[in-house]
Amino acid sequence: MALSAPSDVKLARLRADFPIFAQRTSRGKPLIYLDSAATSQKPRVVIDALADYYATSNANAHRGVYELAERSTEAFEAARENVARFIGAQPRELIWTRNATEAINLVANAWGRANLRRGDAILLTQIEHHSNLVPWQRIAQEVGAQLRFIPIDGMGEHVLDDLDALLDGVRMVALAHVSNTLGTIAPLETIVKRAHAHGALVLADGAQAAPHLAVNVAELGVDFYAISGHKMLAPTGIGALYGKRTLLEEMPPFLSGGDMIKSVSYEQTSYDDPPWKFEAGTSSIADAIAFGVAVDYLRAVDMSWVREHERRLVAYALARLDPLRSRGLVIYGPKNPDRISGVLSFNLGDIHAHDLASILDTDGICIRAGHHCTMPLMNLMGWSATARASFYLYNNEDDVDALYRSLERAAGIFKL
Amino acid sequence: MDDFYRDYILDHYRHPRNFGHLDRVDVQAEDSNPLCGDRLRIELALDETGRVQDVRFWGQGCAISQASTSMLTERVKGLTLEEVARLSKDIVLENMGIGISPTRMKCALLGLRVLKSAAIGEIAEWPDES
Repeated sequence: MALSAPSDVKLARLRADFPIFAQRTSRGKPLIYLDSAATSQKPRVVIDALADYYATSNANAHRGVYELAERSTEAFEAARENVARFIGAQPRELIWTRNATEAINLVANAWGRANLRRGDAILLTQIEHHSNLVPWQRIAQEVGAQLRFIPIDGMGEHVLDDLDALLDGVRMVALAHVSNTLGTIAPLETIVKRAHAHGALVLADGAQAAPHLAVNVAELGVDFYAISGHKMLAPTGIGALYGKRTLLEEMPPFLSGGDMIKSVSYEQTSYDDPPWKFEAGTSSIADAIAFGVAVDYLRAVDMSWVREHERRLVAYALARLDPLRSRGLVIYGPKNPDRISGVLSFNLGDIHAHDLASILDTDGICIRAGHHCTMPLMNLMGWSATARASFYLYNNEDDVDALYRSLERAAGIFKL
Repeated sequence: MDDFYRDYILDHYRHPRNFGHLDRVDVQAEDSNPLCGDRLRIELALDETGRVQDVRFWGQGCAISQASTSMLTERVKGLTLEEVARLSKDIVLENMGIGISPTRMKCALLGLRVLKSAAIGEIAEWPDES
């Protein structure tokens, strides 16, 4: 199941854009990075953009009147427009945050405190990352709201049979667009339609979706969408929240201080318009600009190519790893490459996921092991830990072959 | 790291010694490793002179944490609680008999931490990891 020749050429070329793959591990092995769901590697253009900004354009945005400050402000706002366009949003609907977690906290706190009342319900799913669970637990406890959960079946798919009953009295539905643990792609269109029919808003956590799927928030119809730059080729420390314009205008600020005001007296303050109303203090300007470069890169690669590449890689991995079932390999989640993003969670016999990750590490293979910040899901499924391999645009079939060989070696060490 | 998974480690992982629960428990402690979610419980029974007469551990975890705890339980009988509280990580490293990478050190030391917690009656510090 080889990729077509033009893809191979394209893949080889873009792999060369990532300087990290030029290195060897301390044991002299090539680096095989299968942990992009934790954080992606960065292409040279993104790394250069950071140094470039500090070397040529560094000044605080929105403050100085001199040329350098104008250049910095222009680049900062151009990056906002660029990242907004990448997910189908208008620039004034895109708030810079540190990451998706902060974006979700912003909504839970600013929107939640202004709108949630005792007895209201918030609907999540059983597959959520802690980042889209804990902020809602806190605001629910604070205002006396109730948390409900869309069930996840044994295959890791959403169960929508009782969705209308679950939506009764719900003000906000918050769910992962793509699961970080199993790769499950949520049936977002259905959920958005039914949530809106019940008068509820929808926040989608796109941290694992925006890097891998072509996302258009306007077409999805979501009210809020959270993304993390570092999972989509950008630096750490920069993320974004999309919010519908009318909602952002009504919402009170989250953090407050400099740069988010119109005027301030000793007694009171009038706030700036969105999105700046939600950006107190100096933002990660260089990181935001580099985020813009990262989405330029993704746009040039083409997100439909990224999706198709990962779909083929998952299909190849499912077939390649299949013989290891006789040695005790169990792969969790939907086995259909059309239903998942580039994520495979698994265990091998009675080898604990951490032992497996240690053995794979000696072969230069980076995978994640543990609960993946989804402890409630792990308990629900009865898994104490799983190993997770996650793919991105720079991975290839050789990486999957190396994974297979290393898993086979681990099975040998543990006499499976 | 992979020559770490020697036969005696795998033997202790798959057939842990002193695994289960005691009928009579004098002191006990339980803790988890937040990195991997490993959970571990250690129960001690003391004789009339205050020395460890019997020990059981219970929990789930990786081969390193399970084997290191299993081997540790084989060396605590006859010790006073003061002696248990003074145990250093050396006993674990000696039992394991091979170098442990920094990222896995907490796995190896979880059993010792829980054992010492049982002895002192509160959650013990992580034994010096350096």
